[in-house]
Amino acid sequence: MTKTVKRKNGPQFELPQLTRRRFVTGMAAGAALLGMPAGLSASAPRAGAAPQTLRGNQFDLNIGYLPVNYTGRERTAVAVNGSVPGPILRWKEGQTVTLNVTNHLAHDTSIHWHGIILPSNMDGVPGLSFNGIRPGETFTYQFQLNQSGTYWYHSHSDFQEQQGLYGSIVIDPADADPVAYDRDYVVLLSDWSDESPHDIYAKLKKEGHYYNRRRRTAGDLWREVKAKGVAATWRDREMWNMMRMSDRDISDVTGYTYTFLMNGQTPDANWTALFRKGEKVRLRFINGAAMSIFDIRIPGLKMTVVATDGQNIEPVTVDEFRIGVAETYDVIVEPDGDSAYTLFAQTIDRSGFARGTLTSEPGLQAAVPPMDYAPVLTHRDMGMGHGAHAGMAGMGGMDHSQHDMGGMDHSQHDMSGVDHSQHDMSTVDHSQHDMGTVDHSQHDMGTVDHSQHQAGMQGYSLHGGRPELGGMQGVWFTSNLGRAGHGSNSPIVHLPSEYGYGVDMRSEMPMSGLHDPGIGLRDHGSRYGRRVLNYGDIRNLTPTIDRREPTRELQLHLTGNMERYMWSMDGIKFNDAEPLMLKFGERIRITLVNDTMMTHPIHLHGMWSELETGDAEYIPRKHTIIVQPGSQISYLVTADAYGRWAYHCHLLYHMPGMFREVRVV
Amino acid sequence: MRIANMKNTVMLCAALTANAALAQDDMSHHGHGDHAAQMDSYPAGQGATSNLEHAPDSPDHVMDHEVLLTKVTFDQLEVRENDGGAVKGDLWFGSDRNKFWLKTEWERSEGETEKAELHALYSRAVSPYWDLQLGVRHDFETESDSRNWGVIGFNGLAPYFFEVDSALFVGEDGATALRLEAEYELLFTQQWILSPEIEADFFGQNDRDAGTGSGLSDIELGLRLRYEFTPQFAPYIGVHYEKKFGNAADFARDEGEHTSVTSWVIGLHAWF
Repeated sequence: MTKTVKRKNGPQFELPQLTRRRFVTGMAAGAALLGMPAGLSASAPRAGAAPQTLRGNQFDLNIGYLPVNYTGRERTAVAVNGSVPGPILRWKEGQTVTLNVTNHLAHDTSIHWHGIILPSNMDGVPGLSFNGIRPGETFTYQFQLNQSGTYWYHSHSDFQEQQGLYGSIVIDPADADPVAYDRDYVVLLSDWSDESPHDIYAKLKKEGHYYNRRRRTAGDLWREVKAKGVAATWRDREMWNMMRMSDRDISDVTGYTYTFLMNGQTPDANWTALFRKGEKVRLRFINGAAMSIFDIRIPGLKMTVVATDGQNIEPVTVDEFRIGVAETYDVIVEPDGDSAYTLFAQTIDRSGFARGTLTSEPGLQAAVPPMDYAPVLTHRDMGMGHGAHAGMAGMGGMDHSQHDMGGMDHSQHDMSGVDHSQHDMSTVDHSQHDMGTVDHSQHDMGTVDHSQHQAGMQGYSLHGGRPELGGMQGVWFTSNLGRAGHGSNSPIVHLPSEYGYGVDMRSEMPMSGLHDPGIGLRDHGSRYGRRVLNYGDIRNLTPTIDRREPTRELQLHLTGNMERYMWSMDGIKFNDAEPLMLKFGERIRITLVNDTMMTHPIHLHGMWSELETGDAEYIPRKHTIIVQPGSQISYLVTADAYGRWAYHCHLLYHMPGMFREVRVV
Repeated sequence: MRIANMKNTVMLCAALTANAALAQDDMSHHGHGDHAAQMDSYPAGQGATSNLEHAPDSPDHVMDHEVLLTKVTFDQLEVRENDGGAVKGDLWFGSDRNKFWLKTEWERSEGETEKAELHALYSRAVSPYWDLQLGVRHDFETESDSRNWGVIGFNGLAPYFFEVDSALFVGEDGATALRLEAEYELLFTQQWILSPEIEADFFGQNDRDAGTGSGLSDIELGLRLRYEFTPQFAPYIGVHYEKKFGNAADFARDEGEHTSVTSWVIGLHAWF
């Protein structure tokens, strides 16, 4: 299966190789729907059909088991009203919806309304918003809708999201929709495994690279030596060998076990949507996968991105975009011919794809394109800065974006975090040593760089200038606040808690993740002529609502240990972490620094994450933000919702550790 | 005498395992036992439901996860040429930071048991790639008294992806020993994996009964080529070489035994 394509410039690119188990493209018949719990079968959708749409403001949702067959083997999914995905809930802005959710499972369950701004007791997070829904019980959610757009819902209990408990939400605006379209479709992407999610998690814990079927081989090494010589190869491999990491570790769970679904259909089942020539079709892409980040394109069609995470943005026309787990993107396409187009969603590691068809005629379908080359991580993705790339030039299979990335904003070179930060950091405030609330164990770890304690003390501490909120464990408030909308100016500080057994790397010079389309996409412009969306392209359609400058900046590091398969924030797992305390009404900046080599989609419940894309007037509002490997990104949050909120990585198997409670008081 | 010793060790292990099991019960905060009883009344209770298995120690709330896992590894389960064989494996149980380990090594050559060891260790993660391991080792001897050792060691992944297990042993009678093991994996493909391995034993004293000599006593080298049908199930073929040095070699010669032996092996590498 291994093939290499020699390009003019020399570097070799490996095509995806799926040796033992070619990822299953599925059963053409789709999910079987036999043997459903009594009472649900009456409304059972046809096999192979998209989930039904429920409208109105009163809903009865029944969570139960459902026999499914995506791969040729019968398995049991967790379904809402007898379908996977669950029904599409079509709501209307301004209305109050009531949802009676009944649990027919043998375990607790819950539904979280992802991206909906609502009271914290309606948010559906067991342990924070409520106690979960016990077997046999019904919980009634009720909340008013003060927003419109494309959202989704999913379980926040156990690993039920992986088992099928997810569905989409469309809220039609109260006023005229600024986006013109003739018809719309939800395109909900997900990943299915025949394995139990607990087995997947246990396997990852026991062998972190279990699902990585692209590990480096002797052949790869030989090709590299032939191309570059022994010395250069040795140098290039040295960092990875010293760090005991694989540059081909892109996704933790891959097509080795996953079958990727589009609206619940396997690639072979080919979910199909119809259009009439000349129509504007709105596609509402939702990534409802447990672990899979997708790159989406429709060969032959330009996509005009009009909304992300439910919020309208200034339209951007692209050929391709990346959708992190839990993100949503609405695009408008205008197919001008009587023909068929393939909706192609390949995973970030190119181990498989979801696929559907947009066609003017039932039965017509277009060619399914081959997957693009599989990305390989570089020094830059490890937060080692630009300097490293000289030694990496010409590396086989490497992502050449460093050299030809047109969209890159060079202003990032000016950022104070890059170089001189180590000398003038106004970092540790000595007053913290007097505070009763600070966890002093941090000071005993002996790993603090004491040079930090010298220069330029500027009164910043673990409570970030809000002593009434107490000291927070393992968080850092920085002093050098950049202007709203323009991101952080602050130096990067690794807290002592990051130096434990649970953290295997720290980004010393994280890049800005803003203008970076991400690993595997950076050269799609130069290589394929595709315009690829990046966060820097996104501007809100309407002006920023809260125009205040941030008064505090929280720097939070995403951390982990791939070998032990542990995930955390600032080196502290959820179980050991204290809540992040926000003062009601405050405007705060959160800067996330990714000290891992994975791409993490981070979701804040209850409040918008206002992504600082460089224009203070039109700051886009998101609920989930991708943080690139070895990169940083900043967003503003207005703490306008009292209560206890979840804040976490939306990759399901990262959630147990990479999770914090945010408490607004 | 020997049997009594063995019994003691087995009892010790049983006790440790029992404790571990109790700990597991303590950790399952939500008490799902009562839920399990209801499983049968739901359609998923029958048939192909293997993807719904719910680990007893994993709570329903994903955010509360402090999972306690058990891993059993058969690193080598093999038949060797010249009426020989070997079992080398381990079991661990525990959390990210704290684990209980059992390691066993059993070797047979020319119809005689050459080595039969059981280690019971407390293992603690001390750095990103290293665990500190403390505990006891028991040697089941066939030709002399069985013996016990205290163990302190480091187990983990060294730079360049060498899996290393090193330990210092102190015996009841003040005897000392040091063992260094390293293993590497070279992938020809994702499934064909060549695994070279080295183990070196050093002792602080001569022990004619045990056939070990002061200083470097013996080295074992292995080269095994396995085929991973799945990462968890991989039969292999390989070659095993061992050589005694110094006094250990002299003791072997006195007994009329070879000081070095090379044998072909066939076996299974598996974990679950």
